[in-house]
Amino acid sequence: MGNDKQLRVSKIENGTVIDHITGGQALNVLAILGIDGTAGEVVSIGMNVPSERLGRKDVVKVEGRELSQSELDVLSLIAPEATINIIRDYDVVEKHVVHRPERVTGVLQCPNHNCISTEDEPVESKFAVTDDGVRCEYCDTIIREDLAAHILV
Amino acid sequence: MDHNHLISAKGLSRADIEAVLDRAGEVAADPGAAADRHEGSLLGLMFFEPSTRTKMSFAAAMKRLGGDIVDMGPVGSSSVKKGESLADTVRVVEGYADALVMRHPSEGSAKMASEFVDVPLINAGDGAGQHPTQTLLDLYTIRESAGLDDLTIGIMGDLKYGRTVHSLAYALTNFDTRQHFISPESLKLPRNVRYDLHEAGSGVKEHTELEGILPSLDVLYVTRIQRERFPDESEYRQVAGEYQIDTDTLADAREDLRVMHPLPRVDEIDHEIDKTDHARYFQQAHNGVPVRMALLDLMLD
Repeated sequence: MGNDKQLRVSKIENGTVIDHITGGQALNVLAILGIDGTAGEVVSIGMNVPSERLGRKDVVKVEGRELSQSELDVLSLIAPEATINIIRDYDVVEKHVVHRPERVTGVLQCPNHNCISTEDEPVESKFAVTDDGVRCEYCDTIIREDLAAHILV
Repeated sequence: MDHNHLISAKGLSRADIEAVLDRAGEVAADPGAAADRHEGSLLGLMFFEPSTRTKMSFAAAMKRLGGDIVDMGPVGSSSVKKGESLADTVRVVEGYADALVMRHPSEGSAKMASEFVDVPLINAGDGAGQHPTQTLLDLYTIRESAGLDDLTIGIMGDLKYGRTVHSLAYALTNFDTRQHFISPESLKLPRNVRYDLHEAGSGVKEHTELEGILPSLDVLYVTRIQRERFPDESEYRQVAGEYQIDTDTLADAREDLRVMHPLPRVDEIDHEIDKTDHARYFQQAHNGVPVRMALLDLMLD
């Protein structure tokens, strides 16, 4: 995070820092992770922060919670460059990148209104992740553009 | 077949298809030999949408194998009307039968239902998704009249919502076929089907009119363009009219062109074609019984 002049959000003691999020996607990242502040967790968000690598990036810091790799891999759909730092006692103890998972369950809503997964059935949405998008495992509908618009909330 | 359910044509390999068609050929040649193959077995019919051909031919097939059927009946008089989920309905009905045949208006319904049952489940049409058993009888009909390799086929009509088209086009990628797709701009193949055809290495040649490619075709597979796909009656009439065929249309066709249709037709194939050697759609419908007997025989074993 460079020197103090650039530091917009303070360091955290324990928790997870998600850096290099595609600019503008921080709130979608939190939506995917199911973090909305109602559980009392301390969350800091930086949006459209200047970045050498991405031009503009978002940063999210979640205190007191270490997010698992499988939780974080889902983020690759909307923030493929995201990097994850697990913080303990102010130090980075683990660094991860996100990998595209093979499938995402219960995260996206199928845009096909006639898909059985959008009806009142006891199943979660399931999407297979392909090279350039995702595909509903029930009705085969492909989503390539703007995955964030299909996040289930 | 080594799998329990038949949900999509994508679940059928060339070997699976040939096993069903070969068995269907044996059954058709000697129906009596299969007459007690599945005595005591029950097939559950769950049709959440109206059906004549598919439902009756499954019932006939099961009875001709010595088995019997239990039928959910029309949706209006069933528990579905009371708001029961599909997942609950299939879990209950699987206890009554040795295999299930299901048609439902939602895409993906058969896939979802299969996650809740252990008995074999056959998709008899899921919305605008798939209809793999129609494909098997289509392939049987093509194989007996034209052969499945070195085949040029034109598939015409409603390619967007036509589930028989989606299943057939995919299944044909297992064979050495050239496929032409003829439809109005607004009813072209959906993106997911196009994607699968590309992945399977099959070129997708699309046309808005039949003229031009008709002389090259061995088979012309016609489907119905439905009124409800268009905003108003006049647009429907105008567009649908361009995809109707009669004996004049077929003047440029090869003498041995076979015309197929999953039926029911409305006016997309003129009745005067029925009397010609081109017409194969009634034979195609009759083939539903031996093909479904073969499929049930393999799945119930």
